[in-house]
Amino acid sequence: MREDAATRSPWILHFDTGSCNGCDLEVWALLTPRYDVERFGMVNKANPKHADILLITGPVTKKSEQRLINLYNQTPDPKLVIACGDCASNGVPFLDCYNVCMGVDKVIPVDLYVPGCSCRPEAIMDAVVKGIGMWKKKVEEADR
Amino acid sequence: MSRTSVIPFGPQHAAFLEPFHLKLQVEEEVVVGAEMSFGYNHRGMEYAMAQDFKRTQFLCERVCGICSFHHSSAYVQTMERLFGIEAPERAKLVRMIMMEAQRLTSHLLALGHIAETVGYENMFMQFFREREEVMTLVNRISGGRVHYSMNAIGGIRKDVTYEGLKDIGETMDRLEPRLLDLRSIVRKDRTLRKRLIGVGVLSKEAAFDWCTVGPTSRGSGLPHDIRLTGFDGYGVNGVKFRPIYYDEGDCYARTMVRMDEVIQSVDLIRQGINLMRDGPFLNAVKGNPPAADAYGRVEAPRGELMYWVRGKNEVQLDRIKLRTPALVNVPAVSAMIKGARVADVGPITVSVDPCICCTDR
Repeated sequence: MREDAATRSPWILHFDTGSCNGCDLEVWALLTPRYDVERFGMVNKANPKHADILLITGPVTKKSEQRLINLYNQTPDPKLVIACGDCASNGVPFLDCYNVCMGVDKVIPVDLYVPGCSCRPEAIMDAVVKGIGMWKKKVEEADR
Repeated sequence: MSRTSVIPFGPQHAAFLEPFHLKLQVEEEVVVGAEMSFGYNHRGMEYAMAQDFKRTQFLCERVCGICSFHHSSAYVQTMERLFGIEAPERAKLVRMIMMEAQRLTSHLLALGHIAETVGYENMFMQFFREREEVMTLVNRISGGRVHYSMNAIGGIRKDVTYEGLKDIGETMDRLEPRLLDLRSIVRKDRTLRKRLIGVGVLSKEAAFDWCTVGPTSRGSGLPHDIRLTGFDGYGVNGVKFRPIYYDEGDCYARTMVRMDEVIQSVDLIRQGINLMRDGPFLNAVKGNPPAADAYGRVEAPRGELMYWVRGKNEVQLDRIKLRTPALVNVPAVSAMIKGARVADVGPITVSVDPCICCTDR
């Protein structure tokens, strides 16, 4: 019962850790009429305590590192982290820059990576739909 | 006697797309002071951009995803001045068309954002529906939705085909009546008017003192637009252009400036297509940038964007400095929100269209 109800509508928390806004806007494009990710039950929630899926963009700057960890810790288990874009996946456009941590996975565990600079909304949607499956498994394991 | 209390906004907040921290000092419902802190988005772009002048023409688009083409246009224009060459007229017109297309996406985003912040979800969705039309158009023309990577030092990398231009024209024909509809809604709608008129007033003098640029200054009655003087493209063959400005200086005036500029951008794109002639599109440059300095300015969606470059006869640049519009507009928020209610902080902040990735770089 719980897993059925939970997996029907995972809620999203979007956090920008220093990206160029390109991926952020594609995340927004997801929520708007053309892509309309709400048909999978996803709603963008700004509150980490309500969120199930974290969409993280940006290469994680030194200043936002601790904030990202805080957000991750505040999100209740089971949770899923999706790194959107090249810089969130491995920090590549900002290689050797002095103020970046080179990717989300250096700071918190990441479940899915979305390629592209900036990543296309279709790619994010693909990741999110795959993520629902992974998240369902996590819920099942947590219930067991 | 009321006590001053502090309300923190951000770095992660529903009203802001991006991380920035706002500490509000409130007495009951009234904001008496504000403290802002930035730096969550600082990646060290100026350092990275000075490493290789050729790669920088792509890296500079990554400063900001909303005005990426403006950034690269400003950079290549600066480098052209440094090398002492001139881009062909066709390249300038293509740049102008793409810059106006990006202004459409940026302004529609800003308008949608403000509609969402005042709680008008329906309007937000409508603006974003029209925005997607432009996004798919630029995707068809350039191959990218956000970063176009069309500019090269001395022109554009690849020419826009005849079919591409026709496609742009047809999309503008489709888009214009819908944008006019949206404008009449913004003009008449009671929800928006009641929520935005008289909120966050920035007087003409204050706008001047805070050095505001772009729609923020034009909403306060300063007809200051770099498209008249700065970027070469708007001068060629006489593109007709007059800056739009409103005198009221409140959130509604800033919104209306953006709304009118959206219609104006459609007109400028049409003018650009009509002026387009066949011809060369790239004057390629050879060698490294000379040891001199140059600057270039464009009117980005948020206002004047300025690049300053100093070369040193090597692949690396000695120094590159960029002055982004959000950097000067965002501090003016602290002047606008004095005396406002807490509920109006969201709309006021969004009405200057803050772009933290530009501010922090």
